[in-house]
Amino acid sequence: MRPGFNYVTIRTLLAGNYPTYGSATSMTDALLEARELGCERDDRWLFRGLSFAVREGELVQIEGRNGAGKTTLLRMLAGLYWVQEGQVLWKGASREQQSVDFAEQLLFLGHRTGIKLSLTPRENLAFWCKLHGEAPESLQKEALRKVGLKGYETVPCHQLSAGQQRRAALARLFVSQATLWILDEAFTAIDRAGVSELEGWLSDQRSDGGAILLTTHHPIPAGLLDTRINLDELRA
Amino acid sequence: MWTRFKRWFHQWGSPKGFYERSQRWGFWLGLAALILIPAGLVWGLLFAPQDYQQGHSFRIIYFHVPAAMLAQSAYVFMAVAGLVVLVWRMKVAEMMLKSAAPIGATFCFLALFTGAVWGKPTWGTWWVWDARLTSMLILLFLYMGVIALYGAIRDRQIAGRAASVLVLVGVINIPIIKYSVEWWNTLHQPATFKLTEKPAMPVEMWAPLALCALGIYACFAYCLLLRTRNEILEREKRTLWVRKLLTKEVESGV
Amino acid sequence: MNAVWQVIRRDVTLAMRSRQEVANPLIFFVLCASLFPLGVSPDADFLRPAAGGILWVSALLATLLSLDSLFRADLEDGALEQLVLTRHPFFVLVLGKVAAHWLLTGLPLILLSPLLGVMLFLPQDVIAVLMLTLLLGTPVLSLVGSVGAALTAGLRGAGVLLSLLVIPLYVPVLIFGTGAVEAAMQGMPYNGQLALMGGILLVSLVTAPFAAAAAVRISLSA
Repeated sequence: MRPGFNYVTIRTLLAGNYPTYGSATSMTDALLEARELGCERDDRWLFRGLSFAVREGELVQIEGRNGAGKTTLLRMLAGLYWVQEGQVLWKGASREQQSVDFAEQLLFLGHRTGIKLSLTPRENLAFWCKLHGEAPESLQKEALRKVGLKGYETVPCHQLSAGQQRRAALARLFVSQATLWILDEAFTAIDRAGVSELEGWLSDQRSDGGAILLTTHHPIPAGLLDTRINLDELRA
Repeated sequence: MWTRFKRWFHQWGSPKGFYERSQRWGFWLGLAALILIPAGLVWGLLFAPQDYQQGHSFRIIYFHVPAAMLAQSAYVFMAVAGLVVLVWRMKVAEMMLKSAAPIGATFCFLALFTGAVWGKPTWGTWWVWDARLTSMLILLFLYMGVIALYGAIRDRQIAGRAASVLVLVGVINIPIIKYSVEWWNTLHQPATFKLTEKPAMPVEMWAPLALCALGIYACFAYCLLLRTRNEILEREKRTLWVRKLLTKEVESGV
Repeated sequence: MNAVWQVIRRDVTLAMRSRQEVANPLIFFVLCASLFPLGVSPDADFLRPAAGGILWVSALLATLLSLDSLFRADLEDGALEQLVLTRHPFFVLVLGKVAAHWLLTGLPLILLSPLLGVMLFLPQDVIAVLMLTLLLGTPVLSLVGSVGAALTAGLRGAGVLLSLLVIPLYVPVLIFGTGAVEAAMQGMPYNGQLALMGGILLVSLVTAPFAAAAAVRISLSA
């Protein structure tokens, strides 16, 4: 059953109702689950009591104005920021207990892509593949072709445009076996043709049973979006 | 026993609980310092017997030794607080670490300064690269590092965690540093007159020293509580309990 | 293990693409050591006994200069967070980065030291001892320094702060390093000092990567 579009409101959370998205069945089928998450920065709570789940085949968008804590939330969920309050569960159990599985199943792409400017797209991708589990060279080559970097494989990245550098990072989407993608500002620096391409890739991942969690200021087509979480309504 | 300890730990661990509980403690510790330090100093400076070799100049130990002891213990205290920060993520420990650093550094500096003043009549120079003085100097550098790191990181929580790592690394290093400096010192300065390794002190000499040491520890604890309380107010100023507290104080003040 | 090797290979490749940055600390090392004859005295009687200390202090400062970039570049372009998110224990990858740093800084310093030793009138057999102490000591400089580098990676203009944090921690290795050279110069046994340096190396090998990994995680959340 495909869950419908949902909107979190602060009222349900404040009332202590455990918010459920889509089907009201147990949360055990969730890939990633946030329970009563809270984030405090500079002694100010960005959000508190945030609970939601991401299931296989779902695309969840985090919304909020600048400074609402979108990036911090994504980094917290990925394990780059310590969980100050609440819990993050992976497949129903604590994330720390299954850190290897979590790391293997997660693909995180932040504001900063991790592309090394003095390496070529091919070298960048090859290094990433070697650390995140092997992918055959043919697959890597195919990935670079898919993101439109054919002919640029051996050009140092500092000679590429910002959009192309972003694309070099996005090539990871095609070599990775990850079920959960966390993409922070996924559409930054991507041109219009690239945006619809990326939407297509997101749609493929979703229908392949993968899950996507992202922030973007770009409107996501309603057919693609399963859940939207608005942090502005959660400000404590 | 364990549950009581846990409860106690949690009460002191919450900023509000700490603030409430520390008020009474602060009063008694301040009072203890106020009595012990003058008592010890007067006894030590005026009534304790003279040293047969150094005469009156040895009396500076009544301040020098307690300050040096405190400077070292304060660093160890910070390391314990750092461990608590990293393992239990306790905010109050973070604040205590931050509050302790300048106090420890001050006492470290005072120990060095009084050491230099003492050195003038005994060694004839202000500074000697004596093993104890040198390790104290490095300890002062370690303190300065912690304070500088705090100053450089804007986010208070992150600064607290970073300082915790630094202090823990430092505390592992302190014994190695001390050992190496002592080894280095014997290599370069064979058999100088050692100040603090004397034949056993008579009671009339060490009793005031013990008083001074206790007083200085009480003084440290008092300053620490005071600074931590300020830090709590500063960092919790957006919470309801601090706002209530402040309005109450303003009203009663007016 | 393969992951460590990949990190080392990547860092060395990156360094080879900007060779000047690798060369700068080495040039600094030579410059710093040649300031002493200029600033104090070119007299062999002064330089010979002081050479061990001069070379050790210069090597220490050169390492310190190169440390600032150890995590900074990777933090700024996001490569560091990708490393944290792999399935490999992060401290192992940190060890890889430190190893690469040593290969690019410590090892060349050791190879350069005989040249400067000759210029500072060190006897040949003492030069060998100096190289031995550097071989044991420069990995400690890289390891201990990596903690400071990780703590300051996200801060602007943190070079001086890094020195402030790390130099006090360098004291033991400096003392034993120069102590061994001095002992060798006087024809006394120096294996005690070398053993102690080996001990310090072991201690830093088992503690520093963990501390640096924790520090990187803290810097990443800033």
